Amino acid sequence: MIGLTHYLTVAAILFTLGVLGIFLNRRNIILMLMAIELILLAVNINLVAFSAFLGDLVGQVFAMFVLTVAAAEAAIGLAILVIFFRRRGSIAVDDVNRMRG
Amino acid sequence: MITILAFYLFATLTIASAVAVIFARNPVHSVLWLIMAFFNAAGLMLILGAEFIAMLLVIVYVGAVAVLFLFIVMMLNIDFAALRSGLTKNLPFGLIIALVLLAEIILAVSAWKAGPVTGNAQLATTNQPNIEAIGELLYSRFLFPFEIAGLILLVAMIGAIVLTHRSRGDVRGQKVWKQVDRRPDEAIKLEQPKVGEGVKL
Repeated sequence: MIGLTHYLTVAAILFTLGVLGIFLNRRNIILMLMAIELILLAVNINLVAFSAFLGDLVGQVFAMFVLTVAAAEAAIGLAILVIFFRRRGSIAVDDVNRMRG
Repeated sequence: MITILAFYLFATLTIASAVAVIFARNPVHSVLWLIMAFFNAAGLMLILGAEFIAMLLVIVYVGAVAVLFLFIVMMLNIDFAALRSGLTKNLPFGLIIALVLLAEIILAVSAWKAGPVTGNAQLATTNQPNIEAIGELLYSRFLFPFEIAGLILLVAMIGAIVLTHRSRGDVRGQKVWKQVDRRPDEAIKLEQPKVGEGVKL
C-alpha cells in the first residue's frame, strides 16, 4: 500500500534535484528559475500528500497559494531576465552585479 | 494494485524528468521535460484524490508558466553553450550538497513518527467532490488570503508589464483625438465628374 512516506520520499528527491539544478547551472538563470519551479513542485506534493493523509483540506488550499506565488515569481523573474538581456546581450549571472544603480 | 503501479510509474517519471530538466543540453528540451514532470506530478496528486490541485497544476504550470519559459527561451538569442562552461566544475560540489540535503531530509522523515494516519478521514466521511469542498473552504475561511493571492497576481502582471514596456520614439502611433475630431465637410468632397474627365485631387 502506498503510504505517506512514499510521497515524502518522492518530494524529497524532487526538492534535492531542484537544489542540485541551482548549483549546477550557476550561470544560466533560466535553468535556475526552472529549478526553483521544481522545488516549489516538491513543496506542493508534500502539502497535498499531508492534506490527503491527514484528511484536512487546508493543505490543498495552501498548495493553491504556493502555485499562485510560483506563477507570479516566474512572470516577474522572466520580465527581469528580458530587460537584463536587452541591456547586456547575455544572461550570464556573473554580470548581474552590474544591476546596482 | 493498479494504484501502486500508477504511483510508481508517475513517481519514476517525475524524478526522471526532473533529472532531465537539470542535465538537458538544450534549454528548450529542459522546458519540455519540465512540462513532463508537471504532468506526472499532477498524476501523483490525482492518486491522492486532489483533483482540483492536479488540474490546476496542468492548467497553470503547463498552460501558463512552462509556455512562458518556452517563449522566453526561444525569443532571446542566447548562447547557451557558453553558459554551460561551469557545469563540470560545479558538479562535484553540487552533488555533495545535494546528497547531504537528501540524507538529512530522509533522516528527518524516518525519525519523525506520523501520528495514526486516519486515512482520508474528511474526504471519506463526506462524499462531497474535492472541488466543491475546496471551493467552500476557499470562499469562507480563506477568503482574505484568496483575495491577497489575486492581488499578488495583479502586482505580478503590472510589474511584468512596467518592466518590459518601452516607448519607442520612432513609431507613429494612432492619434485617436485627431480621428474623432474630423468633420465630414473637411474630410469628404462630393464630385460629379463628367464623362471622359477624371477627378482632380
